Amino acid sequence: MSRARPNVPGGVAGFVWLVVVLVPVYYIVVTSLRNQRGFFDANPLAVPSNPTLANYDLVLRNDFLRYFLNSAVVTLGTVVITVAVSLMAAYYVVRGRTRLAGWTYRAFLLGLAIPLQATIIPIYYLITRAHLYDTLLAVILPSVAFAIPLSVVILANFLRDVPKELFESMRVDGAGHWRMLLSLVLPMVKPAVVTVAVYDGLNVWNGFLFPLILTQSSDQRVLPMALWAFQGQFRVDIPAVLAAVLLSTLPVLALYILGRRQLVTGLTAGFGK
Amino acid sequence: MEAPTVASETAGVGTSDPRAPGAGTLRTGPHPLMAVPALAFFAVFALLPLGGVALLSLMRWDGIGDPGWTGLGNWSRALGDPATYHAIWLSVQVMVFSWLFQTPVSLLLGVFIAGRGRYRATLGVLYFLPMLLSSAAIAIAFKALLDPNFGMSRAFGLDILSQDWLGDPTLTLYVVIFVIAWQFIPFHTLLYQAGVRQIPRQLYEAAEIDGAGRVRQFFSITLPQLRYTIITSSTLMLVGSLTYFDLVFVLTGGGPGNATRFLPLDMYLNGFSNNDMGRASTLAVLLVVAGLALSLGLARFARFQRGSQQEGI
Repeated sequence: MSRARPNVPGGVAGFVWLVVVLVPVYYIVVTSLRNQRGFFDANPLAVPSNPTLANYDLVLRNDFLRYFLNSAVVTLGTVVITVAVSLMAAYYVVRGRTRLAGWTYRAFLLGLAIPLQATIIPIYYLITRAHLYDTLLAVILPSVAFAIPLSVVILANFLRDVPKELFESMRVDGAGHWRMLLSLVLPMVKPAVVTVAVYDGLNVWNGFLFPLILTQSSDQRVLPMALWAFQGQFRVDIPAVLAAVLLSTLPVLALYILGRRQLVTGLTAGFGK
Repeated sequence: MEAPTVASETAGVGTSDPRAPGAGTLRTGPHPLMAVPALAFFAVFALLPLGGVALLSLMRWDGIGDPGWTGLGNWSRALGDPATYHAIWLSVQVMVFSWLFQTPVSLLLGVFIAGRGRYRATLGVLYFLPMLLSSAAIAIAFKALLDPNFGMSRAFGLDILSQDWLGDPTLTLYVVIFVIAWQFIPFHTLLYQAGVRQIPRQLYEAAEIDGAGRVRQFFSITLPQLRYTIITSSTLMLVGSLTYFDLVFVLTGGGPGNATRFLPLDMYLNGFSNNDMGRASTLAVLLVVAGLALSLGLARFARFQRGSQQEGI
């Protein structure tokens, strides 16, 4: 590959796929800026002749901020708990000296193959019997459980690369395991922690099944459920529904714009090992 | 895993609380208690439900009262109903077609944007956009876009685009497979892009000297080198498409008729719409077995590949 020659067929195919990706995204944006009449009359892909923010206003007046807050609570709660317990578990499986540590790691590996959908009925049973049904905690707990296996595996893969000498020298200084974890491990595996937090956060922010099964009232509604409810509520007011879609994606989009490089390298480093 | 034991005499004094796990002597490695919180979550909400679903498949439960034993009643009802085989067959089709469609596209896109050139990086940024949207958002957007009266059929004025995309039983299945691909191709593209970047450049340089063209390089270097990426991506893809729920639930609800009532959807509707949790649990067991079998089968296949590679075959 001494010099990149123009790859014409590749370029054409790449452009075609770009159109496939961008048309729906573009459609969401322009439709959310239309008024009802424009939606019924205009060409769906034309730029709106008199763009309006009325749809956003309508969505925000329909409790959108509450759903947004619920999503934030569920996502942050899940990510914080997942990172904390996964980091401890990863430290144990990498630094542990017994056979038990190996078995623990294998148990998490096996956990990667458990389809979440297949466990929802017993989870529903557990949550209702624990009187947690229709709370945000009901969504957080199983979300944490299903985020743990991959998080432990990714963190453990990174931890293995921390040179043993560093642990040894800290040990000579008389550091305990907790101090090692906080002052040596955490800074060393920061990229992996970011990967895990972003990947788990994205999954939970966009998660649909647990909220669908485990919550009911509008007080506990998270954004994906809210979108679904808006669709029933607004019926043919598609511009308003798509405004809600766009609003619900904004934080993720902001994160993507700010930390894209870290996100992409982090994700691939995690899966590539 | 087995770190060399250095019999250091210094006991850890790192924490104020001597009873805290890990505050013991460092000779023994960290205390297993450190893994307990993660294991507890995992055991209660993943392993226990896994056993629970097997038990529930032998019980009658309406989702509200107390479950009661019924033996193999659910199994004979589920396995004696053509609807179950229809759901399984649909899931198999989704799995196979998803793999056939997503793998070549993601692989080629990954190879393409891993190449040099500023515009390819820009393309990469745009390609990953679908990854940020939730399934509910994607389903809602496509529902509007595919609407025969207000959707894209009107945008281009082409008759071929004014099909009843989500109302024609044969068409809808393929539309759903396409929308699933639209959502997941970005993630797999990312995997392949990372895989390509790990291929040693010398291989390509040597091939250039030998006068191998771009196509030849792709088939003799890129593809073989991406072997493990293909296995990783395929495992995630196959198991993922088997258990795919959110998007289909919002996009079609299993319709028109039962045309897109895949196994996970069939399970949900049996359990949470018909209050027949026992029968739904039998379908869940089928899902678990299929998922585990696929994962383990592909892992074995990967090991077999690795083994034969070491023997120089």
